[in-house]
Parts: sequence; C-alpha cells; structure tokens
Amino acid sequence: MIVTTGNKGDKDRSDCFVSLKLTKSGGIQIDLQSKVKSLYGDSIVLLCKEVLKFFNLKHVILKIEDKGALPFVLAARLEAAIKKQIKTDKEFLLEMLPENINTSSFDQHRITRLYLPGNTPSLMINAGIHKPDGIILDLEDAVAVDKKNEARFLVRNALRNLNFMGVERMVRINQIPAGLEDLEYIIPHNVNLVLVPKCESADQLHKVNQRIVAIQKKSKMINPVWLMPIIESAMGVIKAFEIAQAADNVVAIAIGLEDYTADLGVNRTNEGIESLFARCQIINACKAVGIQAIDSVFSSVDDIEALKENVHKSKALGFEGMGCIHPRQIKVIRDNFAPNEKEIDNAKKIVIAFIKATEEGLGVVSLGSKMIDAPIVKRAQRIIDLAVSLGKLDINWKNQTNE
Amino acid sequence: MNKEEKLVVNAIGRKVPTRVNGETVVPFKGVGQHRPIGNKFGQRISSCIDFPNDGNKLVSSLKESLIKAGLKDGMTISTHHHFRNGDLVANEIFDIAAELGVKNLIWFPSASFECHSSLIKYLEDGTIHHIEGSMNGQLGRFASEGKMKGVGVLRSHGGRYQAVQDGEIQIDIAVIAAPTADFFGNANGVDGPAACGLLGFALADSQYADKVIVVTDNLVPFPCLPWQIQGNYVDYVVKVDTIGIPEKIVSGTTEITKSPDRLLLAEMTAKFCEYAGIIKDGFSFQAGAGGTALSIGIYFSEMLKKKGMKARFARGGSNKYLVDMLNEGLVEYILDGQTFDLDGVKSMRDNPKHVNTSPFTSYNYHGKGNFAQLVDVVILGATEVDVNFNANVVTHSDGVLLHGIGGWQNCLFAKCTILPVPLFRDRIPVIRDEVTTICGPGELIDVIITERGIAINPLRQDLIEKLKNSSLPIRTIQELKNEAEKICGVPIKQKFDDKIVAVVKWVDGTIIDAIRKVCPQ
Repeated sequence: MIVTTGNKGDKDRSDCFVSLKLTKSGGIQIDLQSKVKSLYGDSIVLLCKEVLKFFNLKHVILKIEDKGALPFVLAARLEAAIKKQIKTDKEFLLEMLPENINTSSFDQHRITRLYLPGNTPSLMINAGIHKPDGIILDLEDAVAVDKKNEARFLVRNALRNLNFMGVERMVRINQIPAGLEDLEYIIPHNVNLVLVPKCESADQLHKVNQRIVAIQKKSKMINPVWLMPIIESAMGVIKAFEIAQAADNVVAIAIGLEDYTADLGVNRTNEGIESLFARCQIINACKAVGIQAIDSVFSSVDDIEALKENVHKSKALGFEGMGCIHPRQIKVIRDNFAPNEKEIDNAKKIVIAFIKATEEGLGVVSLGSKMIDAPIVKRAQRIIDLAVSLGKLDINWKNQTNE
Repeated sequence: MNKEEKLVVNAIGRKVPTRVNGETVVPFKGVGQHRPIGNKFGQRISSCIDFPNDGNKLVSSLKESLIKAGLKDGMTISTHHHFRNGDLVANEIFDIAAELGVKNLIWFPSASFECHSSLIKYLEDGTIHHIEGSMNGQLGRFASEGKMKGVGVLRSHGGRYQAVQDGEIQIDIAVIAAPTADFFGNANGVDGPAACGLLGFALADSQYADKVIVVTDNLVPFPCLPWQIQGNYVDYVVKVDTIGIPEKIVSGTTEITKSPDRLLLAEMTAKFCEYAGIIKDGFSFQAGAGGTALSIGIYFSEMLKKKGMKARFARGGSNKYLVDMLNEGLVEYILDGQTFDLDGVKSMRDNPKHVNTSPFTSYNYHGKGNFAQLVDVVILGATEVDVNFNANVVTHSDGVLLHGIGGWQNCLFAKCTILPVPLFRDRIPVIRDEVTTICGPGELIDVIITERGIAINPLRQDLIEKLKNSSLPIRTIQELKNEAEKICGVPIKQKFDDKIVAVVKWVDGTIIDAIRKVCPQ
C-alpha cells in the first residue's frame, strides 16, 4: 500500500508531497524530485534516512516531490506518512528553538492574532516578521478533513522548530471532544494558548484542562497554557458567563460570527445588528470576570476601509482585539484598537488634573467645567497604560508634558 | 566544441576567459580601472546619392528589406525589446533568414523574452550562432545546458550602448520595430496600435548599424513626430500588418504587490531612506517595475505628501503610479527609459515633463557622464547577494540563466544603491557566502534590506552612523547570511561543467564573470 502526505498543487510552495511504500526487501530507496536538489539534495536524503532509521524502517520506497520544504516540514510529512503505515508511539522531534521557549502572561495584549492554516507551511514561515501579538496555528476549520492528522505533525514541528520571533504561539484545536486528541501534539511543545472552538459549556474547558494536566505530567513541560474559548452558537452565548469563569487559565473569550449567525439562521451583515446581543453578552461576561473580549475575524481581506470601520465599532462596544486572517490586517487592527491622539490627549489631561487635585488636597477634581469622578480617572489611566504599552506614548510622558 | 583557450582570474576573483567567440576580451580590472584609449566606432559614410530623392524608403516586405540590406551568413542582427513579450518582429526576421538558408547569425537584442523561445529551433539548426543579449526562460535554459553554438554575451543596457559605440560589436543590420513611422524612417513609440512609449533601446542601433530597417504597422505621412528615431539613419522602411501584440507590450497597469512579505520589504526600504535622510526636497530616485518597487513609490508618495516636499526627478520605467506622482506634483520630472503601461505611454506622449531617455543619456559608461550616477537612491532586485555585497541578477542559484542585466549594473553608480530582497525564497537562501554569478561588485552596493534585518555595507560608515539609533533592525551581512542558513540549512556548493556558456560584461566592456554549463541532476 502506498500512502501519501503533504501538498503538491501549483500554488503550494515551501511544501512537499511524500509517497511511502513499505517493502519486505530492497533497502531504502529514495526518489527525490526537488527544486532545491542542487543546494540541499544531500541533506534532504540524509534527513529522510534519519527519520526512517528512527522508526526502524529498513525497506521502503520513498518518493519526495519537494518545492522547497524546510526541514521541519519534510520531517512532519514523512512522519505523518510513516504513521499511516505503522503504529508507534515514538515521535521524531526536531530541536526546540530557544526563541520558542517563551511564556506568555495572563493579561498581555491579544489585539492582533494571525490565523495560519495548520497544513500550509508557506504561510507559517514568515508569520513572525509581521509582528502580530500572537499567531494561531489552526487545526480546525482551515484544514481539510482528510488532512487533519498530518496537520498535527506540521503544527507540532512548527511549535518547536519554526521561529515565530517571540510572539504568543496559539493553536486552535478541533471541537471537543475530537480536539482533546490534538492537545497531545501541542502541549509538550510549549504552546502558549489553546483556542477551544464552538465552546458551549464550562465542562468542555474542564475536559481540556484535565487533559492538559495529564499531558504536562508526562512531558514535564509545565509552562502555563492559557485558554481562549470561542463562542459560536446560541447556546454558547447563553452560557458566556459560565464559560468566562470556568477556569483560572481562561484569559479571553472570542466570538465566531459565521457559525453563530448560521446557528441563528440569519445572514451575517456588515452592520452586525443580528449579533449585537451576542457580542454585548460576551463582552459583559468577560468584563465581569476580568478577561479579554475578542471580536470575530473580518473576512473581506481587500477592504481595508471596511475593516477600519469594523474595528471602530468593535472597540466602541468593548472588544479588545480581533483575529487577523491576513498579515495586512494586523496594522489596521492594531492601529485602530489603539487609543487615538485625541483619546490620549484627553486621558493625559484627566490624569494630570487628578494628580494635581490630589496633591493640593482637593476633594473634587474638575477639568474645565467638567467634574471628574473616579471611573473617569480609571478609564483615562487605562487608555494611558494601553498607549504606553503600544508605544504610542512615552512611559515618562508626565515629565515631558511638564517641561 | 571549441574549448576556451585561456582562463584568468579577474580583479574580483572570478575565472574568466580571455577570448570569447574568437575575439580577445579584457578581464574585469576593478571599478573605474579600465580606461580604453582610441576612437569610437566609425560608420561608413552614406550619401544622399544612394537614397531616393523623394525620401521614400518604403520597400514591400521585411524579406525584401533584409535581402536589400545584404543579409548573409555570420552577420549580426539587432532588435530592441520595447515590445517586451508582445514582439512579433524578431521571430519573423529569423523565419526569413532560415527560409533563405542563411547561417551563423548573431542575434543582438537589447533583451529577449519568453515570446522568443521559438528561436530555439534556429539556434539548433545553425541559423543563429549565438545570442548577445539577455537569455531568459527557455532560451536561458537552452544556453545554460550548453546547447548554443557560440558563447552568450550578457551586457547591461548601458554596456550595450558602450559596446556598439566602441565598436566591440558591429551591427550589420538593425531592425527597428516602430509603433509609428513615416516613409523617410522617422519613428516613434508613442502612437499606433503597438505604442510602447519610446524607442531609446534602438538608438545605438540606428546610429551605428551598417543597415537600418524600420518596420511599422502604423505608417503616417511625413513628418512623423516626435522623431525618436531619426530617418536620416534609416535605409529602408517596411509597412506590415502587425508588429506586436498590444496587451503583451503594455501589460496593463502593473499592480502593487499584495504579498505581505514584499510589502514589508517596501515599507522597510522607504523607512530606511527616511532615516538615512535621503528623502528630502529635490531628491531623485529610481525603482524598478516589480511589485515591491511599485509599493516603495507609494510609500515615498505618502512621505513626500506628509512633509510637503517633492522629488526633482524620478527615473523610469514608468507606470501609472509614477505618472500619478508626476501629476500630483510629488515629482517634477520623469526621465524615462521604458514605459510599462498605457498610463506611462500616454503621459510620455502628452506631458513635456515626462521625458524619454536612452541608454546613451542614462547609462553609457564611456560617455561624459550619465544620468544614473546623479540619482540619490536606486532600488533594485537581485537573485543572490554574497557576504561581500556582490550581487547576482542573471542566474538562478542552480546556475540557470534567468534574467538579463537590464539597467541594473548601470544603476549601481547612484549615490545610494539599495537591494530589498527576501532572506530566502522557498528554501533558497538569497544571502550566500558566494554568489553563483557576479554581476555587480559589492563596493557599489550599499544596503541589503531583508524582512529579517538590514545590512549596510561597511564602506558606508556615513549610513551606518545615520541609522545607529533608528528602530530598524540593522545587522551585519554575515549575521543575515547565518540566519538564512539557520533556517534553510547550509547549501552545498554547486558543481558546474567547465564549459563556458555565457559571459557577463561589466559596464566598461570587461568580463566580470563567466557562466558555466549546468550539470544534469
């Protein structure tokens, strides 16, 4: 039986297509067709032999049609093919890059997170250079059903061996319960955050956490793993609060509007009136427990103006970030979620007025003819903090303003 | 197969031949080290006695004109590439030559395109001996596999003018496809169904060829104005039905790249220029026609608008985006070598500030200066760059001929030369220990911009100083190379056959590198 993995379409770059047949005799026969054969032919063959040896395979007919796949891709494709042929618990693991031993914090920004289809290496390789807050290796909707399994190996290898330049490394697993199996491929490899799609109950998150703990025990990788459930159904919206407080490691809830509107049986519109309730419900649930509310992706990649408008609405409602499905959305989403000049100026005035009033022992703070009370100061301080952390305001702004 | 008699190591460390196609050649001596002494090539004296009194030089067909021009074995036939991939004339010339049984011609185009792949059969049957000009696509592969009888000679646009002017190559018959012409031979590229903007690449051919044939599908009564090509140089004029495929000549508006990686490169390049203080009132720039280069123009526009500044001039290839800058007053003049779209053609026709140039004015190294050296910043591409900043534009990393040099070498003389390139392309590292073919010496290449870091040539301490406190990721070229190899792996050194299939000339006519036959894999 010949098994195949990988891709070889005209548009598939930085990928390879592997055909593997086990034989009784004849040794290892490797037929390599590669556009980089003159540069890397020897090292590709060497890597293949190493993987085959690792799995104790001595007689195979292996064909590799390569379009510039990096080693982490080649190894993933070959291992996936081997595991279609034999049953084994062994894993061929590449070096864990020092850049990928990072941890992330509960409340760090997640304004921009770039979705990367889990079985498409070409889109992963340069993802880090666009500096999103996080990348999401997607094992769910972006991967065809018959490619789900091989995508796990690719995502695992990418988590270890592809430099994402320090951004938060997230994986969207499949819907629970199927998605629990995905965890085996990501938790030991220092994934920072797991997105749990189509979440409808706290129980699902408990199951995820139980599995994570079990895997961590085995693998000794004990860095924190945050959860971001995605609510994509009427039931999920009703359970938003339960989901938000399901566990200590839930850092945010995202909303998925394509599935949600389908569940309601309505069209998704740009105005979004049909999902207003759901969005407000989720934002409220998140704020109630002090976690981040993340808006749905905006699918018209070419329409930057509409995206901008969408972000403004999203921000006005209380969302703190949005998924990106193309690198070019990153800057737009970040810039428009960030406080604008006017907001920053205003916040600066409020904070300074407050400090002054406190210094002078005044009980009442006012700015011009406006009274300023505690929540206004709190909001202003949050805008300042966000502006500082996004590099839009110098951390020593107070001194600079006084000069 | 005639073995090249003798190889020497030239000033940039490459083994190059001293004779090419039977002629003695000079190995590269270093930038600015070769100063030939002597006179330019002198053409035969023509006399009006030998031309029609009424100025009507029309002949009935291209074939007749070629016969009248004395087409015979071993001649050098030149064509221009203003029609890019829509050219119909070059192929027809060699169809006729083959029909007449003429052999061993040298084709001397200003560049070749995929549409010329059908000439392979004439390279095989001996009609064409070799090509002196760019060899791309299938022609490139054919030559790289060592199947061409003679050795290919690659020159820059400026180098082509220099070679003709200096008499390094003598054109027997120049065939100038002209979108509009009159019976006297005056011709231009701004009008007619095959309008391509200008005919600058055919200037040297008109001035120095022994016989000049103008072929047009849009014959107008005398005078044809503007006369970008002057009829006084022309022997014969031929009217045919079609000389080119318009949609392939001007490929419509070239689009700004949508590739996020390339957009990032463009943005970094524009930012670099800003930090380096290059973008200021009255500056000048040149960027190519690729998607990345177009985007750099857009970023420049934004910066100029914000600062309320304008550029004094930009050098084309022009396209819609550059024309928009001209019309918006962000750049005062376009000095244009070729037009890439209809907006460019129209602007050149209608706007006196959009000026046509030639390789003589722009690029020729054996002149009393040229425009390229006056440009403040030029942004170019490359297939590979080495740790000494030497760069390659003509071959793939597997050694197969891929591109012509174009104006690339000539542009290196700008005040600041920037190459924005990806660190690697589908596992092929772009920053290498050694490039496959050297087309430009590193001492003329100032900045390499990749998505993962920017390397400034140590010769440019002034730039290093200016960028010291910028937010841009400044690295050494060695660091960039190491990073490429960390991601892609260390490439094996390529093996080549000894046989030389082509040579690369430097702007002064010396041999900077030789291209060897690729080994079958």
